[in-house]
Amino acid sequence: MQPTNSINRRRFLKLSSFTGAALTIGFYFPALANDSGEIITAETADSLGVELNAWITIDKTGKVSILNHRAEMGQGTFQAIPQMVAEELEVNLDQVSIAFAPGDQKKYGSQLTGGSSSIRSFYKQMLITGATAREMLIEAAAKKWNVAKEECYAQNGEVIHKPSNKKIGYGELVEEAAKLTPPKAVPLKQRKDYTIIGKPLPRQDTPLKTNGQAIFGIDKRLPGMLYAVVERNPRFLGKVKSYDDSAAKALPGVKHILKVQMPVFDTIREGVAVVADTTWAAMQARKALKIEWDDTGFEHLDTTTLYNRMKDDLQKPGLSQRTSGNFEAVYAKTDKKIEAIYETPYEAHACMEPLNCIANVTADHCEIWGPIQAPDWIQRDLSERLNMPMEKITVNMTFLGGGFGRKAFTDYTTEAALISKAINAPVQIVWTREDDITQGPFRPGAVYECKAALDNGRIAAFQTKMASQNMDHQWPHADKTHFNGSTTEALLEPYLNNIDHYSFADIPTQSPIPVMWWRSVYASTNGFAYESFIDELAHAAQKDPLEFRQQHLQNERYNALIDTLITKTGWDKRGKNEGWGVAVTECFKSVVGEAVKVSRKADGKIKIDRIVAVMDCGWYVNPDIIKAQVEGSIVMALGAATIHETHFEDGKTVEQNFDRYHMPRIMDVPDIEVYIMDNEEKPGGVGEPGLPPFAPALCNAIFDLTGKRIRKLPFNLSKV
Amino acid sequence: MASYQLNINGRSYSVDADPKMPLLWVLRDLLNLTGTKFGCGMAQCGACTVHVNGNAIRSCSMPVSAISTQKITTIEGIATDNSHAVQQAWIAEQVPQCGYCQSGQIMSAIALLKRNPNPTDHDIELAMQGNICRCGTYPRIRKAIHRAAASIKQTPAKGF
Repeated sequence: MQPTNSINRRRFLKLSSFTGAALTIGFYFPALANDSGEIITAETADSLGVELNAWITIDKTGKVSILNHRAEMGQGTFQAIPQMVAEELEVNLDQVSIAFAPGDQKKYGSQLTGGSSSIRSFYKQMLITGATAREMLIEAAAKKWNVAKEECYAQNGEVIHKPSNKKIGYGELVEEAAKLTPPKAVPLKQRKDYTIIGKPLPRQDTPLKTNGQAIFGIDKRLPGMLYAVVERNPRFLGKVKSYDDSAAKALPGVKHILKVQMPVFDTIREGVAVVADTTWAAMQARKALKIEWDDTGFEHLDTTTLYNRMKDDLQKPGLSQRTSGNFEAVYAKTDKKIEAIYETPYEAHACMEPLNCIANVTADHCEIWGPIQAPDWIQRDLSERLNMPMEKITVNMTFLGGGFGRKAFTDYTTEAALISKAINAPVQIVWTREDDITQGPFRPGAVYECKAALDNGRIAAFQTKMASQNMDHQWPHADKTHFNGSTTEALLEPYLNNIDHYSFADIPTQSPIPVMWWRSVYASTNGFAYESFIDELAHAAQKDPLEFRQQHLQNERYNALIDTLITKTGWDKRGKNEGWGVAVTECFKSVVGEAVKVSRKADGKIKIDRIVAVMDCGWYVNPDIIKAQVEGSIVMALGAATIHETHFEDGKTVEQNFDRYHMPRIMDVPDIEVYIMDNEEKPGGVGEPGLPPFAPALCNAIFDLTGKRIRKLPFNLSKV
Repeated sequence: MASYQLNINGRSYSVDADPKMPLLWVLRDLLNLTGTKFGCGMAQCGACTVHVNGNAIRSCSMPVSAISTQKITTIEGIATDNSHAVQQAWIAEQVPQCGYCQSGQIMSAIALLKRNPNPTDHDIELAMQGNICRCGTYPRIRKAIHRAAASIKQTPAKGF
């Protein structure tokens, strides 16, 4: 199944509604996306003159097509969304194909694929849409046969009349069904009756990714397309003073050389773009440019200064997000006080597919193709920057070779559009790996100060302060006096019901380095600080770390997860020379517990022997995709905990490519066991929540084995 | 610029290219064989892995002028119907997530199994350590290579 990368909506709807050759239904949102959307047919949408938020169409051959408004960056929406629709529609999965919807916030609401939200935010819409189509097809069959629709049911792409066992395929019913009004309320299947949801069915995009046919942004080609690379100022807010392109211009294949601006939040970074007939020719000419930079007006930071600043910032009171009781008073009067400082590094996203984007800007239209997490943001951004109405801007999505938050940003797409506009031709801009690793935005480094008072083996008071650049403060017109709303991310919510006195605050550290979301966002660093600290408190209280957590949670759901960790790890039968650590975190409405076992080998080095993860994401669609996402999250966490870190020197990024920005490789990763909780909770996120607990679980295991507490990431596993 | 006659996936291609242009960009930008990926440009990540006379090489760092009559195989030349044992094992173990690095991973795995039909975990790690996967599919890659090895042993034709 090669997905149509992006369907022309008008053609899509015309094919269905004007020829009557299909049943097309979808949600129509009078305002922006919310639960009060109404399902209507393409015909109704046409007569009302409104745009249908076209979710699914069933054609005369019975084939089902879904217009997917989410990105596919490896996390599996291309599989999970068809599984949900097929379940309620009563068709086989191989009857269902899926295509990327172009960016359009008016029609789809937010299309940002982030925050692990594709299932948890849209599952009801998907189920209801599938069920509505099913009920309309049943009604059409009943009419055709002149029988009561209660005597009919749907199965396997057919409607069956129970008393006579007459059968008719969906394809033969779509024309009649399209004339019906969608029922207002439709019955949804019980979970016990599911045959597709909850099953580890193989992903339909896999075969495209094993034979080279999947089209990523970087693989897309337009007729007459040129290729561009940009030499940007190596300092984050730097400008171009002047440049000499005489040598570069003389090289073969070079078509244009021009100064470009790239907006990064409310700042501008300048560079010189080389446009050529191949990517490589552009890269060669880029090396021949002689550019004088203007690096005035902003700070040229280095890593040591930056971390000293964060540590100094911790002395300030901070902006409080959440407090209860009186931490200071209880802390002052309690004898047993524990304090710790934790540090986490800046990191690049380093998606395997470097950033790239095709733009074709003409006098009255702008078309974008690329690996894109937020097509609607790009549409809005370009509408403003090109001064063009939204409907003249088409943002097409392709497969993404990784995203992790980086491809939800609009810098690379804006820059591509500005180049295309200037040269009046379609152009594909490609970031080299060096561009990708050095230019940010990065995951912000952070320093945490955690304090707690223990009274009778229980936490009486708990305080954390985070000094870190605030991502939200970078946007134009941001309120810089506002606290960071994510200081409790990763922490298990029930802790706060069982600790009377607590305080969570942040101090926004000032720096010109652009920072942004990196898989699991603040939870990726908070989790290390908080779950390491909880472990320190458990040891100080002389309690088993899991028992200590359960005592402070008093919550059935969380305790069930911990019980599963106990069973799966064989927690009570741990060996003497084994180091075991655990951590449990929560983000994007899912709870994940991880346990790591380490031992010291004959060569004196610490080795990870076992990793056990328990994911509670509530109601779920595809357990194998969930396992894969947890495995991948753990590998990404392992890298940021023990292998790579982005440093700055004289205002520039030190690590430039994989020769110095090392990645986890196959020998670094043991097998990972993942278990999924079965319960009646609502669906939670899957792509990110497996990441935060790994680093603290690993460091807690190392403490268990060696007595050495690791409070600064990354650390070298072979030197502990 | 110079003219080159390249044998790729059993077909002959004529290209005019700068002698220094890496094979990767000849494949991607001149011949539109985009299954081979750009990852780092310095032979550090393996996304661009192709076979030259059956050996896995990093095409981002091999100039087109270094190639004369050698047989080049890219992911497109393995099996478009995914019938190769390694592709089938990749599907059975559901290895890919984003999928971007997987062309290179598969090319490295096929080259490994050609010279070592019974690899241990250690052999796999040595052969595959040049291929980065940011999605972290490594445990599944290890399983898939063992599965492919077993399958080829049973049906040698599937290993081509």
